[in-house]
Amino acid sequence: MSKPNRLDALNRLAEQRVLVLDGAMGTMIQNLKLDEADFRGDRFKDHASELKGDNDLLNLTKPEAVEAIHDQYLDAGADIILTNTFNATSISQQDYGLQDLAREINRAGAEIARKAADAHAEASGRPVFVGGGLGPTSRTASISPDVNNPGARNVTFDELRAAYLDATLGLIEGGCDLIMVETIFDTLNAKAALVAVREAFDEAGTELPIIVSGTITDRSGRTLSGQTPEAFWNAVRHARPFAVGFNCALGAKELRAHVAELSRVADVKVSAYPNAGLPNEFGGYDETPDQTAGHLGKWASDGLINLVGGCCGTTPDHIRAIAEAVRTAAPRTVPVVSRRLRLSGLEPFEIQAA
Amino acid sequence: MKRQGIFVNIGERTNVTGSARFRKLIAAGDYETALEVARQQVENGAAILDVNMDEGLLDSEAAMTTFMNLIAAEPDIARVPIMVDSSKWTVIEAGLKCLQGKGIVNSISLKEGEAPFLEQARKVLRYGAAVVVMAFDEDGQAETAERKADICERAYRLLVDQVGFPPEDIIFDPNIFAVATGIEEHNDYARAFFEGTRLIKERCPHVHVSGGVSNVSFSFRGNNLVREAMHACFLYHAIEAGLDMAIVNAGALPVYQDIPEELRERIEDVLLNRRDDATDRMLEIAERFKGDGAKTRVLDDSWRQLPVEKRLEHALVHGIADFVETDTEEARQKADRPLSVIEGPLMDGMSVVGDLFGAGKMFLPQVVKSARVMKKAVAYLLPFIEAEKGDGPQEAKGKIVMATVKGDVHDIGKNIVGVVLQCNNYDVVDLGVMVPCAKILETAIEEKADIIGLSGLITPSLDEMVYVASEMQREGLDLPLLIGGATTSKMHTAVKIDPAYAAGPVVHVTDASRAVGVVQNLLSGNAKARYADQIRQEYRKMAEGRRRGRTDRERITIGSARANKAEVDWGGYAPPRPAAPGVTAFENYPVRDLVERIDWQPFFTTWELRGRFPDILDDPKYGEAARPLWDDAQAMLKRLVDEDWAKPRAVIGFWPAQAESDDLRLFTGEDRKETLDIVHTLRQQMPRDGGKANLALADWVAPAGSGIADWVGGFVVTAGPELELKAREFEAAHDMYSSILLKALADRLAEAFAEHMHERVRREFWGYAADESLSNDDLIAEAYRGIRPAPGYPACPDHTEKATLFRLLDAEARTGVKLTESFAMWPASSVSGFYFAHPDARYFGLGRIERDQVEDYARRKGESVEWVEKWLAPSLAYDPDEERQRRDAA
Repeated sequence: MSKPNRLDALNRLAEQRVLVLDGAMGTMIQNLKLDEADFRGDRFKDHASELKGDNDLLNLTKPEAVEAIHDQYLDAGADIILTNTFNATSISQQDYGLQDLAREINRAGAEIARKAADAHAEASGRPVFVGGGLGPTSRTASISPDVNNPGARNVTFDELRAAYLDATLGLIEGGCDLIMVETIFDTLNAKAALVAVREAFDEAGTELPIIVSGTITDRSGRTLSGQTPEAFWNAVRHARPFAVGFNCALGAKELRAHVAELSRVADVKVSAYPNAGLPNEFGGYDETPDQTAGHLGKWASDGLINLVGGCCGTTPDHIRAIAEAVRTAAPRTVPVVSRRLRLSGLEPFEIQAA
Repeated sequence: MKRQGIFVNIGERTNVTGSARFRKLIAAGDYETALEVARQQVENGAAILDVNMDEGLLDSEAAMTTFMNLIAAEPDIARVPIMVDSSKWTVIEAGLKCLQGKGIVNSISLKEGEAPFLEQARKVLRYGAAVVVMAFDEDGQAETAERKADICERAYRLLVDQVGFPPEDIIFDPNIFAVATGIEEHNDYARAFFEGTRLIKERCPHVHVSGGVSNVSFSFRGNNLVREAMHACFLYHAIEAGLDMAIVNAGALPVYQDIPEELRERIEDVLLNRRDDATDRMLEIAERFKGDGAKTRVLDDSWRQLPVEKRLEHALVHGIADFVETDTEEARQKADRPLSVIEGPLMDGMSVVGDLFGAGKMFLPQVVKSARVMKKAVAYLLPFIEAEKGDGPQEAKGKIVMATVKGDVHDIGKNIVGVVLQCNNYDVVDLGVMVPCAKILETAIEEKADIIGLSGLITPSLDEMVYVASEMQREGLDLPLLIGGATTSKMHTAVKIDPAYAAGPVVHVTDASRAVGVVQNLLSGNAKARYADQIRQEYRKMAEGRRRGRTDRERITIGSARANKAEVDWGGYAPPRPAAPGVTAFENYPVRDLVERIDWQPFFTTWELRGRFPDILDDPKYGEAARPLWDDAQAMLKRLVDEDWAKPRAVIGFWPAQAESDDLRLFTGEDRKETLDIVHTLRQQMPRDGGKANLALADWVAPAGSGIADWVGGFVVTAGPELELKAREFEAAHDMYSSILLKALADRLAEAFAEHMHERVRREFWGYAADESLSNDDLIAEAYRGIRPAPGYPACPDHTEKATLFRLLDAEARTGVKLTESFAMWPASSVSGFYFAHPDARYFGLGRIERDQVEDYARRKGESVEWVEKWLAPSLAYDPDEERQRRDAA
């Protein structure tokens, strides 16, 4: 299927049913128990610093392992798989001294997912899609790293934008169908990413649907940088995303109210991929596929969501159960929202009469 | 088209060009203190913070970045949006790069031509901000109305068509310049702003207009009294023209009405450029008004001879505000501390009011007037109390946070409850109308409220209240929740709201006079638990009873109901063709024509004075309260008419239409080929006997294929947003009584307008009853041919059909009436509906409907069943949740 046809199919499917995203990549890779040599492969065997834990590097050094995980999620019923590029920006790759390879890692990540998706579509006759993932990076643009100097920053908007531009170009070159700005702790990082994504579209002469997915970090109901769900939506709406939503940090049970709030205010599709519950004392996730799917199935039947999947701790079995739970539910109806001047700081503000 | 906005308070002290203090702080690098300036602005109510670092000696970009990053670290400042203000694009960009929220860029313009304008606009859109655009082009700043509008329209087309900028995110600043400067060319500047604003609003849909008001009075530097009076007059005319936002020190604004007539007239001569010698006459009078112009008028009455404490009591009980400040001052001089005046004579007086009210000897309108006097006295004392740095007034008995819920704009009832509670020494935090859930909860937590009160008038608000209750539960709150407003009921509270909030008590309050008793019970330490328990038991019993009751309540299928529709003999009927087909709009409709159509009875009901009008004026129980209320209403109505406060607007339309089952298909032309829109109606499903039909509004329109060409009409009428604004002026002057009175009158005017317009429709525009002649009582009794059912009311309870009606009439553009997300109309004093002309057509109640009709209706509307269930919740014969569980289980 050609790309324009795929995007048509995506839009059509999203009108018909709740679409299923994939589950965790990071915890799946951990389970492979790869060692330093696996991460290095041949190409980086002499690299100066330790590379174990640089999951995104596996796109270059162990692509077959990444592809196998994609395959499992596709077989479980995911409609959209997310590239293995959570930490593939030059800013995050700096930690491993690999900042210059960011574009290549992103491109490879997209190519692997593309290959897996095309093979699955070919075999099953079912259209599936690749979401090019742009993670939050390891730094935040609105929060000071220094408690004694609240005005200090360890990254600027322009540095973030440059890093995201590089990464997005790689993802587009690798053939992804959508761009997913995800796990947003700090909306200013995301805004830099959204500027970069538009610049990348200009440069590549294409335009892809965008999913913007924030993270509510705790039960305060706010992002790490302090925004409420509605304030967050007001701050990213200008990007005209295909969908907006939340992922990570909380389990479905804790996330529901925030997704519900977004669902009330956002006049685009709503996505959500929570963790498999809250982490236990060992940092693991205990929620079973049935439990996660039980919550998410209810979200779907309550008309809260259009796209749903899993984040940390979820497995192909979780995705299989989720896909089954939402199979017959109608997708959320996108509400018609009146034209108002809507602004935000940490909280939303609406000018009431136009 | 005139439209009015709600004023946005923009904090302007964090601006180096406007505040010498802030400039010095930034120049000295004292950002810590500069941050305090920002904090104070937000604490004092700034909804948006303007940050400007344009100072020649500063590195403006660095200062902007530093200050913005510091703000980001202060949650109590960063909660509001920021206006990034600079004449230099690089400084604006530096600010935008620090902003995680959506702010406003102030400003860009066509000064340097189209290329840089387009480039900057594209960047603003990508950074995700709204934008202020100055009326400034390659030839300079626009001074005339026409040029202001031309430049703005040009910018609008570039922004909307080429950049894809959302029009609602555009704010035009058409330049406010100084008037009365002595230079003749400046004389028309203010008038040009008003006219320019009007033109911009006309030509550029959805945009906002803003301006810095203090420029206009620049010639009167040093004479603040005159400057502030000029600002108030300027705003009055500018708002009327369509100004939505203004940078102005709102605290220093006098009420337009309070400006001495003579001064006001001369100011307006200048602003409106009404006479050649306006500037000279203005300068002359400005000299005289340098001092304090207002003098108290002295009126002698026997009660004035009483001791001061008794005089205050008399003033409170009788609601006389004229002498309260002098009396309060006298009491203050006698008292040891200013606070003692409040705790002593004023509270004593209010206790008398409270006792009389409790004993049914005083009524709401009088109590609200007493509150006005009390507020005025307290306002007078506050500066003294603060100067003394004493404690606040006597600790209130409890704190209640009140709000009209999101999507709803009706607040008369809530305001009355607020006043009554305040009279009884409860501290009331009133969040106003259209308040989102999060705001209510946060305020309740921040203010350590003892009770939350929710109000709403339209049915979708019921859902929102359930949501607020569930969010209170989720947030772990346990404080009592009060539910009130016309659409609420004890049953709905028991069945839907109470179960959503298990953690705390929920109480439905039927009317304002009950509120005090309920609140007292809920806050009385020991009795509280028992009281709450009692209520909960009662609600559970009601809910249980309803569940059991429902199974007995039989419904027939929608198919059988349709088979039993109203029988109309179409063969013997020729539908009248409207004399004025299509859409007709009316602006600035004469209020005089509406006054005689007012139905006064509901007006008294608003004030909880129940009885037939005009008998109620002589009623032994209510007469004493009703008569002065009647007099006040008449006096206000007279001012309203004489001073031209209201600008009622209306739009009506008639379209060729045929019924298709329960839908009405409306056509673009009389050839009845092209569909214009579909109106969906609902059908009664209760079992009928005795030859009674299962009615739907569609029954009274000739069916498709009958060969009979029928018509349907629709209308929206409004008393106009001007009255809302006027009411706010009263509120700003602590005059809640006048505000409520005016809102109640505005509601009556809107209803009267609907009645009057319907009469004209029958006689002229549709014209099927050209020689109809009915008395007002006949009209109220609806003894005429044809009906005008309103979406959201018993015959068609689906509020969402208003969207279709508004689309058909282009009602928002033509009347300024807007629909909220819950399909409430703003301004609240508006009425809408459909016109049906068939002689058999009559009003009916839909009653409750079954799931088969809901599914069918959802299909017809192209919406999901859940969506329809949400909007029709009060009309469902089943519980959607139970129904779904039952189906899932099956």
